[in-house]
Amino acid sequence: MGEISLNINGKVEKHDVGDNTLLVDFIRENAGLTGTHVGCDTSQCGACVVHIDGVSVKACTMLAAQAQGSEITTIEGIGTSDALHPMQEAFKENHGLQCGFCTPGMVMSAIELVSKNKNASEKDIRDGLEGNICRCTGYHNIVKSVKAGAEKMGG
Amino acid sequence: MYSTKYMKPNSTSEALDAINSLGEGKFLAGGMTLIPTLKQRLANPDGLVDISGCDLDSIADEGETIKIGAMSRHVSVAESAVVKKAIPALAKLAEGIGDRQVRNRGTLGGSVANNDPSACYPSAVLALKANVHTNSRSIAADDFFTGMFETALEEDEIIESISFLKPTKANYVKFPNPASRYAMVGVFVAQFGDEVRVAVTGAGEGGVFRHQEMESVLSSNFSADSLSSVNIVSDGLISDLHASAEYRANLIKEMTKRAVV
Ligand SMILES: Cc1cc2nc3c(=O)[nH]c(=O)nc-3n(C[C@H](O)[C@H](O)[C@H](O)COP(=O)(O)OP(=O)(O)OC[C@H]3O[C@@H](n4cnc5c(N)ncnc54)[C@H](O)[C@@H]3O)c2cc1C
Ligand code: FES
Ligand code: FES
Repeated sequence: MGEISLNINGKVEKHDVGDNTLLVDFIRENAGLTGTHVGCDTSQCGACVVHIDGVSVKACTMLAAQAQGSEITTIEGIGTSDALHPMQEAFKENHGLQCGFCTPGMVMSAIELVSKNKNASEKDIRDGLEGNICRCTGYHNIVKSVKAGAEKMGG
Repeated sequence: MYSTKYMKPNSTSEALDAINSLGEGKFLAGGMTLIPTLKQRLANPDGLVDISGCDLDSIADEGETIKIGAMSRHVSVAESAVVKKAIPALAKLAEGIGDRQVRNRGTLGGSVANNDPSACYPSAVLALKANVHTNSRSIAADDFFTGMFETALEEDEIIESISFLKPTKANYVKFPNPASRYAMVGVFVAQFGDEVRVAVTGAGEGGVFRHQEMESVLSSNFSADSLSSVNIVSDGLISDLHASAEYRANLIKEMTKRAVV
């Protein structure tokens, strides 16, 4: 056991955990931020996507120790229930979710995608969300949401 | 995951000291293969040596070759102006690996050291006559891949960079597994003047391999049509739940034809 200290959504989280602790477990179990989900054990579903220094990563495929010294942003860090992030608003308005399980990861991936490519085409969006699996919506409204989110974000 | 120790050295020599201080330590690069393996308890190293702080991520044009640091993430290779200009096929290969999040973390060195029979990079290393530079020697591509998940690397040997020979022309085409995006079959074709190299991944039971017959046919006539007469045998090809050996044999020819443009 050792102390791992991470900066999550601007707040320092210091906990005594094993070196083998996954980043996603540190975020959920230790920091108590359960918006980041776990949907698979093969690194394929993307329900766990967070940003590390603005770059989207699968938090289930990284050790908490590897994220030391970086700035981590989770779905809780991008907006509040009263003031949603424009991408969250777009998902809400375009029915971009049903059960919502994949949504935090979708939104985090979408924000990185749009920040890199303001005029993303439908193909760019579909390619960019390759690592996020949704089992309910059929993707159509997710793509529509990301397009609308991109416009709201100033694309 | 079994308990283990995490170490993050600041140089290759410190990384070697760290790995030697462990019984069965493992280098940790992007972790996109190693972490899932650990999660499934398929490996039990007593320590992980994270090499992301060892300054191994530069990309440089060295005249006849492009030298890429082992810790270069797939996304960096895909977006590198140097790679795009000199070997666009290599940037295209990196851009097609897995998904955005896998490319944000996964590295060239990790992919090549792992030598997954369905991985994309080994085909580029083999077709582009690359040299794999480690802490102690340089290994030519033809001697590097020794079998499925097997390479010429020693346990405590670290890949520092890989030099790819600039081709006259090259292309990589893969038939991705629709779920994982790994290559069901991937073919890297590289032309160096009159010489043509064809490396096939995703298909061989022994991992990546060169297809000599297609190489000689394409060397005398570089066209997709010239491949029609080539018979791809299915002996030694992988048969699994995704595709039979016969299906893969057909894909090898089809992907090669598409790569020859
Ligand atoms: C969902 C998913 C989809 C994927 N799709 C594809 C795909 O389409 N095509 C493809 O090619 N790959 C694919 N991959 C694999 C991906 O490219 C990995 O990044 C890569 O295989 C391993 O690289 P890594 O940096 O993550 O290595 P790690 O997982 O950190 O390490 C892998 C192995 O290599 C060793 N190692 C790492 N670096 C070095 C070094 N410098 N010197 C010596 N040994 C080293 C480690 O000890 C370990 O044994 C996919 C992975 C996932 C999770
Ligand atoms: S939980 Fe499925 S990719 Fe991380
Ligand atoms: S909304 Fe249910 S999994 Fe995507």
